[in-house]
Amino acid sequence: MSDVKPRVRVPKTASAGETITIKTLISHRMESGQRKDSDGNPIPRQIINRFTCDFNGENVIDVKMEPAISTNPYFEFQAVVPAAGEFVFTWYDDNGEVYTETKSIAIG
Amino acid sequence: MTFTRRDTLVMGLGATVAAMLPLPATASTEDAIAAFTGGASVGTGGITLTAPEIAENGNTVPISVSAPGATAIMVLAAGNPNPDVGTFNFGPLAGSHEASTRIRLAGTQDVIAVAKLADGSFVQTSAEIKVTIGGCGG
Repeated sequence: MSDVKPRVRVPKTASAGETITIKTLISHRMESGQRKDSDGNPIPRQIINRFTCDFNGENVIDVKMEPAISTNPYFEFQAVVPAAGEFVFTWYDDNGEVYTETKSIAIG
Repeated sequence: MTFTRRDTLVMGLGATVAAMLPLPATASTEDAIAAFTGGASVGTGGITLTAPEIAENGNTVPISVSAPGATAIMVLAAGNPNPDVGTFNFGPLAGSHEASTRIRLAGTQDVIAVAKLADGSFVQTSAEIKVTIGGCGG
């Protein structure tokens, strides 16, 4: 899907060892597979089934997602920043597509 | 078959009562918990599930789970066609063992959170959420 757009909010700077809050949102229909179209045929499931956040190669959070996660999945969580580096956010679609977003953070 | 006025009234009342009952928890909810815990006993306390008491729109219900010291938290919606909602696995850089998201609920039901603690034990909590408009299409 071309209309999938990840959006992530990470502070630009943090002090070493600080715990920061991260908010992520990705535009995605999250078709649950429960709905039917106007002819009564079930609409096939197409959701994002996994979301991960890593910082400099170390895992922060790994979420297994089911159809009960709402349209445009939103996550808010906290991460420890031991040093300057880069957050990598990855979303895995049912159709095999992978969406990534990166945010770097400085110590200051 | 003909209905007397009394029959009609009784049936109407029955239908109203049935519609007001929360969706029952299904056996698959227990299966999902058993699969997560591996059959271990599940305690209580040390886990918080924050959710609205009444959700007007079941398509997007904000929830938040928190369990200090947890390695993973699984969320279940007992009354959904498929009770699984998601599992949060916390990595070494997780700042706190809590996360927020938005979920779909088919109707008024219990939402259950089960946490796996670092020592291998499990705790769970649940909250009933009243849903005005269900979120599973039709």
